[in-house]
Amino acid sequence: MPKALDQENLGQSEEESVADFSGFNDSFGTRVAHFLHNNPATVPLIVLIASMVIFGILNGSRFFSPFALTLILQQVSIIGIIAAAQSLVILTAGIDLSVGAIMVLSSVIMGKFTFDLGLPPEISALCGLLCGTLIGTVNGMLVAFVKLPPFIVTLGMWQIALAANFLYSGSEVIRSQDIAQQAAFLQFFGGTIRIGGAAITYGVIFMLGLVAVLSYVLSQTAWGRHVYAIGDDPEAAELSGVNVKFTRVSVYALAGLICAFAGWVLIGRLGSVSPQAGQLSNIESITAVVIGGISLFGGRGSLAGSLFGALIVGVFTLGLRLLGADVQWTYLLIGILIISAVTVDQYIRKSV
Amino acid sequence: MSQTVLSARGLTKRYGRVTAMDNCDFDLRPGEILAVIGDNGAGKSTLIKALSGAIRPDQGEIRLEGKVVSFGSPIHAREHGIETVYQTLAMSPALSIADNMFMGRELRKPGLMGQVFRQLDKKRMRQIAREKLSALGLMTIQNINQTVETLSGGQRQGVAVARAAAFGSNVVILDEPTAALGVKESRRVLELIQNVRSRGIPIVLISHNMPHVFEIADRIHVHRLGCRLCVVNPKDVSMSDAVALMTGAMKPADVPIAS
Repeated sequence: MPKALDQENLGQSEEESVADFSGFNDSFGTRVAHFLHNNPATVPLIVLIASMVIFGILNGSRFFSPFALTLILQQVSIIGIIAAAQSLVILTAGIDLSVGAIMVLSSVIMGKFTFDLGLPPEISALCGLLCGTLIGTVNGMLVAFVKLPPFIVTLGMWQIALAANFLYSGSEVIRSQDIAQQAAFLQFFGGTIRIGGAAITYGVIFMLGLVAVLSYVLSQTAWGRHVYAIGDDPEAAELSGVNVKFTRVSVYALAGLICAFAGWVLIGRLGSVSPQAGQLSNIESITAVVIGGISLFGGRGSLAGSLFGALIVGVFTLGLRLLGADVQWTYLLIGILIISAVTVDQYIRKSV
Repeated sequence: MSQTVLSARGLTKRYGRVTAMDNCDFDLRPGEILAVIGDNGAGKSTLIKALSGAIRPDQGEIRLEGKVVSFGSPIHAREHGIETVYQTLAMSPALSIADNMFMGRELRKPGLMGQVFRQLDKKRMRQIAREKLSALGLMTIQNINQTVETLSGGQRQGVAVARAAAFGSNVVILDEPTAALGVKESRRVLELIQNVRSRGIPIVLISHNMPHVFEIADRIHVHRLGCRLCVVNPKDVSMSDAVALMTGAMKPADVPIAS
């Protein structure tokens, strides 16, 4: 009789465990992985704070001054914006190698349309933004409809946009003084708000605002959920009723538009329009995204992470420069960070 | 002729020289579980794809509640209340249960936040997801925000079936729902399927698993060489007869045919 009871109890508990969805009896490691999985920006945030503490201790007040901290923000503003565009594309399991080229071409169009065609700078800026959006849309169409790999499409577009940039500009710089005198509007994002020693440019505010808006869109709108679903499993998304083609095109188009804005911010940062600027932006943006914990396989990560990734690079760069270290140390440490970040990503994927 | 929810007459589909579906008929009655069985290559998937809108037949017509319909895509079929649970489940592993249930038909908040800022009504979606899962007896789910990849195979299948049952007002099509599952998980899913039927939704069940088919099906549609060979009642024929019909070892004349 007791035996029978036992069996019955056993049967019941097994029945429950089959129906049980909670699964909270996990090991500590699994729980950490769960947490990181649900909060993918945590690791880069910890790395960011740790690196700030370490460089703060090593450099003292030189580092923890309002001036130095806001300088980091200014220095990462371009890459932060480009990394936001790159994040969107990488979340769909794509990649965009043409981000830097779109940025530079757009800034050249803003400058040349103003100074060569004599358009009002407002119209030129608009043309630059349109150009970026258009290139992004072409990227997206080739990926979504012609079904070419994003790597190849944007590798080609990178060359095309860069060459167009050099051909159109004749590799000539439009000088800062000329822009300041005749088309100050183009330098709008270079405008600065000073509070004590802190200097916040409009470009920095734009970067922070962009990350905030895109974070909202990704987490709170259907379009944002679809971006993640496509990165996760495009066929499943399609069968669930997601318009995969439209979403893909819109992601690349939006990335193009954001890169064009980065071109405008670039004019504010440099003062001049320089066709040679931003040559490494594509690699730097991918670096920020990867350090920021967004998976290159798509569907995982957050925009805040990319911002932290960009800031980590900024903190390392300035911190090591203040220490008087060779700039190669920066690259070496960033290299280690990239590999570590991907290792963590793999760990999270496997253990969940 | 008895009343049908979903029926097809003379469906034909050719891929080059191969005729995957040859003048095929199909009938699903209200509130029943109709199993579709057939050997590999008999054309079951082609029939199901035609019914769920994944392919367009070359000839023939499909009627939903007596009206001729023509589906251009699975989404189109879904709009007509035909939900399909694919063998691959079509879920995004990194997204939550609630996200997955509402993928492609998200609810937005009412008023300004929803219309202008396009904000999703996550609270309401979670609540409905929870209701739907508990209505099907899956309510030991404590956390509807859990990602689907943290669920077991049976639980995933459960969520996929719940999703289909929640939105499939007319028909739910299940493609091999127990194929990848263990014994206990299969049992849960079979119970789930019966739960869905008890709520009045007819089900098309494609399965290779004869014991499962004979356990829950009301009628069995035997598919052979691209068309419906016959429909039998699992109470009148044995499993081995059904297999014999599928493989051509027996003729429909040798067994009692369902009404």
